[in-house]
Amino acid sequence: MPASKSSAPRTMFEKIWSRHVVVDRPDGYTLLYIDRHLMHEGSAGGFDRLRPRGLGLRRPDRCFATPDHYVLTSSRSIDDIPDAHHRAHVRAIKTNMDAAGVTLFDIDDPRQGIVHVIGPEQGISQPGLTMVCGDSHTATHGAVGALAFGIGSSEVAHVMATQCLWQKKPKAMRITIDGRLAPGITGKDVILAIIARMSAAGATGHTIEYAGSAIRALSMEGRLTLCNMSIEGGGRAGMVAPDDTTYQYLAGRPFAPKAGEWDKALAFWKGLPSDDGATFDRELSLDGNAIAPMVTWGTSPEDASPVTERIPDPSQAADALRRESMERALAYMGLTPGTPLEEVPVDRVFIGSCTNSRIEDLRAAAAIARGRKARIPAWIVPGSGLVRQAAEAEGLDKVFREAGFEWRMAGCSMCVGMNGETGKPGERIASTSNRNFVGRQGRGVRTHLVSPAMAAAAAVTGKFTDVRKLMA
Amino acid sequence: MEPFTTFTAVAVPIDQPNIDTDQIIPARFLGKPRTDRVAAAFHDMRRTPDGALRPELTLNQPAYKDARIIVADRNFACGSSREHAVTVLQDNGFRGFIATSFGDIFYNNCFQNGVLPVVLPAERVAELRALLHKTPGATITLDLERQSVTGPDGKVDRFEIDSFRKDCLLKGQDDVSLTLGYEKDIAAFEARQKSEMTWL
Repeated sequence: MPASKSSAPRTMFEKIWSRHVVVDRPDGYTLLYIDRHLMHEGSAGGFDRLRPRGLGLRRPDRCFATPDHYVLTSSRSIDDIPDAHHRAHVRAIKTNMDAAGVTLFDIDDPRQGIVHVIGPEQGISQPGLTMVCGDSHTATHGAVGALAFGIGSSEVAHVMATQCLWQKKPKAMRITIDGRLAPGITGKDVILAIIARMSAAGATGHTIEYAGSAIRALSMEGRLTLCNMSIEGGGRAGMVAPDDTTYQYLAGRPFAPKAGEWDKALAFWKGLPSDDGATFDRELSLDGNAIAPMVTWGTSPEDASPVTERIPDPSQAADALRRESMERALAYMGLTPGTPLEEVPVDRVFIGSCTNSRIEDLRAAAAIARGRKARIPAWIVPGSGLVRQAAEAEGLDKVFREAGFEWRMAGCSMCVGMNGETGKPGERIASTSNRNFVGRQGRGVRTHLVSPAMAAAAAVTGKFTDVRKLMA
Repeated sequence: MEPFTTFTAVAVPIDQPNIDTDQIIPARFLGKPRTDRVAAAFHDMRRTPDGALRPELTLNQPAYKDARIIVADRNFACGSSREHAVTVLQDNGFRGFIATSFGDIFYNNCFQNGVLPVVLPAERVAELRALLHKTPGATITLDLERQSVTGPDGKVDRFEIDSFRKDCLLKGQDDVSLTLGYEKDIAAFEARQKSEMTWL
């Protein structure tokens, strides 16, 4: 794979893609090599598909696994998991991974956590790599400059057996956010503003590169949040070019290159950013200065507005289908058009998920919780055992507990509710997760997506509150 | 995998954009064995919390009970990667989906299971839904070889599909068997990568 001699400017996506082509077929399909395969309980389906064919894992050294979807965040004992099928899934991950020789961060390992949190945390996610996982939020890892995307369980089995995937090359899209984000505005607000602008299908068939001065200024945690929700805008993957923020983040992490290898890797990584003059199939830009704290009010992530606004009126919708879909969403959400978002009461708060459960997220929430009291039930679910430890070392757990928040253990928890941790019918939840779909957090539950600071603000005021009013 | 050639069936219109895979199969059913989750298809859309069928939903109306094709709107089956969304529909007899766009992962998952997702222009998709509302129980024909959709009005639309995916569907060819034939190429790639990206 010598560096291209061609002088045509290339996008970062193009550079990573071309470096991983195993076979290019004349019909436009590419057999793409996969550098990292992340696994969780759901990957058991892949093993089940391979077993009858007598196939095993081609590259167990390229696979990393952890249980996250079905584990409880109240206990580390598998016996406490109420559902027998779920217990079996959590037990099966150990049996399967041990037999296959895959690195496993099991339920009793302090490194266990949400797979999209521990990939970057362990330095498994690196610039220039191709990464997949049987989970739609795999785009998260694009924040370090990797090409990462989610796949279904048949493709999981395919990667297990061949370490490759058949892909049609997606189109490239660049989303540029220039300007300076105001204090209190986070990666979460940026991505919700983007999706509100381009719709939940706005990036379908595209790999997104996020660029611009506001993106460059984001921390690694902020970039992970941003890329995480690329799928909510329809994007197959989202990525940010690696820079000093990336290198400083990765240096010294357990699976990151060491010593001389680090220098070689760094030289390669520095060649990855899109060349000046590289062309994208689509471009979109937003003014970073103008982004306000965002809140979703409907049942698609595209139904998002600045917290300073009112619940929109379906009668103003562009077409009949959109009007009906807004009416259906508002009926489910129990909201009346014209109500200021800041007057909507909240019943419960969930701070966690692969979108927002990293240390910076917990710091932002703790800064709002500090010295205040939660008026409603509020959960903090750290993204990994190591995030939890780091937060405890900083005393954040104490801040949360004193404010009446519940301090829990790592897992996907109430973002998807697969482990039974769900809200009650009719309950209105301010959630730092990624999907406000009907029933996502439990049947009849009303989910509003917000940033961690906005979620903490809702917890201490009992309603949606512009977090900027609570910032010292 | 069962080959897909032509398929004629009753089609059911669903007039909603952004139907996500959580609606197609809610998360609480995912842990169960495949045979135990057949009734989970569109479960919470179809039923009230006390279990009664919602009569206003086309999926519940007797005229569409034999439906094997869904005509939706934009961004059908977006969201979670759960392949259960394809298999639960397949287990309920569905083999074809028509929409103006699909969630990318669902779209790919269809080809892994021998079912056909078809993208048509928004005007025609809306027209097909209107026709199906007007004549409940009307059929649509999907012809993969000719890449055509024949509506209840007899009008034929051509759809685009990658020739790779088309061939695999027509033959019922599964990706793994195909890829194992490229073993030499994969091994050569791995050898090259090992010498060039030594830090991996």
